[in-house]
Amino acid sequence: MKTVFRLTIFLSLFFGTTANCQSKMVSIKGGKYIPLYGRESLQVKISDFYMDVYPVTNQEFLQFVIKNPKWRKSMAKNIFADKNYLVRWKSDTALNSTQSLKAPITNVSWFVAKEYCECQGKRLPTIDEWEYVAMANENIPDARKLKNYNEFILGWYEKPKTFNNEIGSTFKNYWGVYDLHGLVWEWTSDFNSVLISGESRNDVDKDSNLFCGSAALNATDLMNYAAFMRYAFRGSINANYAIKNLGFRCVKDKKG
Amino acid sequence: MNYLKYIAIMSVALLALSACNVGNSKNKNEVLYQCPMKCEAEKTYQAEGACPVCKMDLKPMAAADEKILGTDEISETSIFNLTTKWNTEKGNTILLEDLKGKTLVMVMIYTTCKAACPRLVADMRNIEKQIPKALISKINFVFVSIDPETDTPEKLKAFAIENFMDDDQHTFLQGTESGVREFSNVLAVKYKQISPMDFSHSNIISVFSPQGELVHQQEGLGVDNKVTISKIIETVNK
Repeated sequence: MKTVFRLTIFLSLFFGTTANCQSKMVSIKGGKYIPLYGRESLQVKISDFYMDVYPVTNQEFLQFVIKNPKWRKSMAKNIFADKNYLVRWKSDTALNSTQSLKAPITNVSWFVAKEYCECQGKRLPTIDEWEYVAMANENIPDARKLKNYNEFILGWYEKPKTFNNEIGSTFKNYWGVYDLHGLVWEWTSDFNSVLISGESRNDVDKDSNLFCGSAALNATDLMNYAAFMRYAFRGSINANYAIKNLGFRCVKDKKG
Repeated sequence: MNYLKYIAIMSVALLALSACNVGNSKNKNEVLYQCPMKCEAEKTYQAEGACPVCKMDLKPMAAADEKILGTDEISETSIFNLTTKWNTEKGNTILLEDLKGKTLVMVMIYTTCKAACPRLVADMRNIEKQIPKALISKINFVFVSIDPETDTPEKLKAFAIENFMDDDQHTFLQGTESGVREFSNVLAVKYKQISPMDFSHSNIISVFSPQGELVHQQEGLGVDNKVTISKIIETVNK
């Protein structure tokens, strides 16, 4: 009787760890930093949190839509995902033959990315959290001033179709996180907090009263062109857009 | 041998529990429960509980069916597809769907705003003034707070009174942080907290049909509101 009892405990532990479909995460130690955009010399405080080591893959997302039929290609509502949602998939539950299971999921909207993370008991990272982790190169937590760090990112922007590559194919950074640069762009929970009004691109006066408060954009380090591109991209998209080089990963709060 | 069987059943049950969804075996003699939003399509549960996706309480199947038969289906682009909860200045908790039936004129503001919000509220008032009196009862002017932490139902009520908007034609909503972010994304409104009391935000007034579909958006402050007004009248008369 005792052995049976033990066996049951063992089995429950075994299934408990293997079947809850959680992807690997690493711990990120919080801190303060000045993001590219924000008010000049305004430090942002980041609390400790966990981040997915890799972006969500085609395979993981496939499992998600199998369990959540309302997010299948044919069922997703237009308000939550535009017509490019999973556009390359062969069917509701099958990838295209050219798509790798281990490649990052793309062509997904903000709404579905948010719900995917919530289903795992996680959430999307904020812009500040994402940028904080992405400042790191292989060796140091803030490599933004290094020439080769910026060159790597800008070099990637010129490479076509990196979204077809598999996760883990770029470098492992200081925190143990892969693929923040070099694979796909990623959704953040508050991407729509990037306010780009007319005056950030030119001095056309007619757009200047589109936004309350003074212009939110104010580059603290224009040298960091790579990051500028990310903010500009976030400022230009809507939450139901499904874009072929835009994926996501999840994070989780550290309790207590 | 019986133990083995028991272990097998246990492990299957555990597998089902530890996945993202709970199992869905059916039993004819029991009442089945289903998420009222059908987050998981036709999936049913044997016991009461909350939907693992949207966290709403599961409804007994028969009741859920009745509800769907009783109302018109909402379209794919309707804002009534959003399932987050909101507190009103009157102290009620509602879903956006509860606003169904009236033409909606919506704007996102925060009550401590000193710069653009008073002008946005003035813009809303100007629009309201130019609409024929007979049509007003078919319109709901909705103010959604982008600062849910500060703008409690009490604060919103005070704001409504202060602006002579404390009546049935005006609704003020307090959401959750993530609910407001989601709603702003549906409206394509951008906003950012720049200090504990201050936000930058885009100034957009949106018009929705009684079924929750976006009809028109007016961008900017103090802009010519003729098109917006004609769109509202057109929508009400439809």
